[in-house]
Amino acid sequence: MSIVETHNLSFDYIRRDEEGNVSSINRALNDVELAVEKGEFIAILGGNGSGKSTLAKHINAILYPTEGYVMVDGKKTSEEENILSIRQKAGMVFQNPDNQIIGSIVEEDVGFGPENMGVETKGIWERVEESLKTLGMWEYRKHSPMRLSGGQKQRVAIAGVVAMHPECIIMDEPTAMLDPAGRKDVIRAARALNDVEHITIILITHYMEEVIYANRVFVMEKGEIRMTGTPREIFSRLEELEELRLTVPQTTKLAAELKKRGLKEIPDGILTDEELIQSLCRSYLTM
Amino acid sequence: MSIILDHVNYIYSKGTSDEVKALDDVSFEIPDGDFLGLIGHTGSGKSTLVQHLDGLLKASSGSIYFNGEDIYDRDYDMKALRGKVGLVFQYPEHQLFEEDVFKDVCFGPKNLGLSQKDTELAAYRALKDVKLPDELFYVSPFELSGGQKRRVALAGVLAMKPEVLVLDEPTAGLDPEGRNEILGLIKELHDKQGITIVLVSHSMDDVAEYADHIVVMDKGKVFMNGTPKEIFSHASKLETIGLSAPGVTYIMRRLKRAGFDVDTTAITVKEAADSIIRAVNHA
Repeated sequence: MSIVETHNLSFDYIRRDEEGNVSSINRALNDVELAVEKGEFIAILGGNGSGKSTLAKHINAILYPTEGYVMVDGKKTSEEENILSIRQKAGMVFQNPDNQIIGSIVEEDVGFGPENMGVETKGIWERVEESLKTLGMWEYRKHSPMRLSGGQKQRVAIAGVVAMHPECIIMDEPTAMLDPAGRKDVIRAARALNDVEHITIILITHYMEEVIYANRVFVMEKGEIRMTGTPREIFSRLEELEELRLTVPQTTKLAAELKKRGLKEIPDGILTDEELIQSLCRSYLTM
Repeated sequence: MSIILDHVNYIYSKGTSDEVKALDDVSFEIPDGDFLGLIGHTGSGKSTLVQHLDGLLKASSGSIYFNGEDIYDRDYDMKALRGKVGLVFQYPEHQLFEEDVFKDVCFGPKNLGLSQKDTELAAYRALKDVKLPDELFYVSPFELSGGQKRRVALAGVLAMKPEVLVLDEPTAGLDPEGRNEILGLIKELHDKQGITIVLVSHSMDDVAEYADHIVVMDKGKVFMNGTPKEIFSHASKLETIGLSAPGVTYIMRRLKRAGFDVDTTAITVKEAADSIIRAVNHA
């Protein structure tokens, strides 16, 4: 069964003047069809203003469709009685960790979600321990979040979501404000949550390298889904991606450049260093 | 024209239990016309350092010389320095506030005391330099896309005609095309107008592609100082402080080990491709 499903999803940002009359309508999502299965790792790519974040906010019931519907675990987001259970099932992680952390001590921050859900005290502490350990932040449980690095803060924010035992986590550019080491830690954490805990991950990002491990990639432009496929399929289409303000991982770009300049044996859509090196050794190494 | 930092120290919250040495005996030179990449992980002191360059922060000890003049001299004109060294902060679009784009860009030069006419001329030039389409000059900055807003913020600094442009992660949050546009623009300002650039970046690939000179910061100290090729030939040293060489450099090293006669100092996709093609054709 799909954990997240959208059908004919459209959304208009409506702006009103001082008298409350509609002054402009801006269509941010147009007829989006999306089905994410339980346990999948999905990536959504797209240029600035392509509608990625608007889509994410629909899955978490922060925004509601103008047309069509969004279902999370079989429940419509537009029906008010579903909102609490949807927000617990589909947790959200945002770009700026500083805007998501409210506790003055790491473990209190992580305990906030389950406490709000009405989990009894013993259960809260069990969840805090389990989620901080999963994110590799257990040793920092007594620290002040403000003293942590960006990547550590973001992992605390993710632990706070994990403690609510979600089925699905939507990450909206979780690494945009982090340095390379912090980015690696957060992506590794996302992959581990998917692999080990079987939590469905929907990752929105501008960094092509971060999506090579996704099961499927969706590419958005002007509120619509323009491309769908595995990372290998998507990254074989460099020119189309560039038209959509995107690119491919650096390794893929090097492989494509070599192929263009005559090394025809290199396959399309190379994703990792290992693949490129093996392909070069196989076809072009003369001993 | 150059900037020289001479044994600069900076201590936050001096005399309290929270005392932090953010800059620790920093000495290096930014020559005239340099394109400097400043790298280091979060908290290494990069942002503190750049705020010293236009006098926003004052060193706890040590000296900074701008064009040979000590900026901490009692009669040094600090206000003029702020016009010469343009600082573009992270997410600069958060600082846009005027009702239209043109007025926003006029704010800086007007504040420097330029006449109305010169102010408008400078603003117009700056908006042209950042390639903002004319029809957007009189719209509210809040109606622009992320990349456009960032270019307006950059124009606001350029309108003050700085000799040195300091940019703190100017591509954060932009899509790949937006990143290329901004970096291409910065390169053009450097190449065509001779503006000295200080680029603070987390992207080794970008620094490898654009910078002529790199300073690596760690724990408030200058950890390394050299050309991109020198710096990135020490990949394992960079890894000890949470940084790395560009991705292609690692590929080249592995190819060399596998038996290809390739250049392991390649740091950009183009250099790597050239070298691999040469190695294959020679064999």
